[in-house]
Amino acid sequence: MGTASDGGAADRKEIIKTAWILAGLTAFEFFVAFTWRGFAEMTGISVDTVETMKNLLFIILTIFKAFYIVAYFMHLKHELRRLILTVGIPFLFIIWLIIGLIIEGSYWGSLS
Amino acid sequence: MANVFVDERALVEGERPMFQASWGKLMMWFFLVSDAFTFSAFLITYGALRVRSVAEPGAQAWADPEKVFTHTPGLYEIFHIEAPLVFVGIMTFILILSSVTMVLAVEAGHRRAKEEVAKWTFYTILGGAAFLSCQAYEWYHFIHGFEDQGVVIPAEVLEPLSTKYADGGEYTALFVNGNDGELLGFRIKEDGRLIQRTEIVNQIKTLADQKNTHSEYLHRTTGGANLKANEYGPQAFADLFFFVTGFHGTHVLSGVVLLIILYLNVRKGTYEKRGHYEMVEKIGLYWHFVDLVWVFVFTFFYLV
Repeated sequence: MGTASDGGAADRKEIIKTAWILAGLTAFEFFVAFTWRGFAEMTGISVDTVETMKNLLFIILTIFKAFYIVAYFMHLKHELRRLILTVGIPFLFIIWLIIGLIIEGSYWGSLS
Repeated sequence: MANVFVDERALVEGERPMFQASWGKLMMWFFLVSDAFTFSAFLITYGALRVRSVAEPGAQAWADPEKVFTHTPGLYEIFHIEAPLVFVGIMTFILILSSVTMVLAVEAGHRRAKEEVAKWTFYTILGGAAFLSCQAYEWYHFIHGFEDQGVVIPAEVLEPLSTKYADGGEYTALFVNGNDGELLGFRIKEDGRLIQRTEIVNQIKTLADQKNTHSEYLHRTTGGANLKANEYGPQAFADLFFFVTGFHGTHVLSGVVLLIILYLNVRKGTYEKRGHYEMVEKIGLYWHFVDLVWVFVFTFFYLV
């Protein structure tokens, strides 16, 4: 991280780098969104399989983007480990809620 | 981070804050964690209802975002081109860009560069306002919907109506819904006239019921979507769209208000007098969080 001595030049460099990563990932998402059907036709893999792969890819890319925003734009990476854990650990409950409700949702559907 | 500011006055009687960051920033973090839980609950509800809809035998197909969000200003009004996802892409870039200008304002705040903080804050306000305008446009078209929704009505159904419509042809009727979801009448596509005659309406109702399931019929009777009807897919899709993007939009609006206050205070020299620009960091945290939420909303509502 930059210190006051370099006038924040290192900080700005990191900001611009993060911005390019975010823009690049988003542009890549659009590229996939517009080409995945063509990809399925070209390779002969079934549309359903490609769609599942596409959705999985989007979710992974989203998590990457979230990481960059929280770590660099919100500076969490440069905070004390204690704060990182305090903010991060509650989200284990969210992971649990996702797994729980997705399973339940599918079960409601099969019931009706 | 070397530049994280510790506000000495926040230390209670010499007691150190547990986390290097000042109490103000800590509380902002904790608020954001709780806010993230609310958004998570919304998005997980969306996931659960969508999975349910997919697993339910014979249920209406979930809305396909490529067919729902197709309006782009200019392209649609002038050239009548439907470009799926283009507009939401622009919105996403606007928000990412405003996040970059925000973090540049925070960085300038570390150097106590008043003019730079003001400049980047101003650009962030512009980004936020642009995003809100885009959302208004998108909501308008989501609510308004596509005008060619309807079912084809055979001539014999229209016969009692008038000789004009009973020349043997078929007409596409656009249904009109009352507030309670009841069919009030229908519009003939050609001249846009609203017809409300009980026996005709009932015949069309029967016809639509024969052709489609009840939900499909409701689906066809409304152009666009609201909390009671949805042309694009299951009702839950429209409800969650309004709640989630609405809740996010409210956050953006609050963010813009906070940024305007920040901008005015920077200009007035409030933070210069205070000796630090920590407020920029706190509002910055909030603004990045709003961007973060959009990343998830974007993926789950528009891409997946």
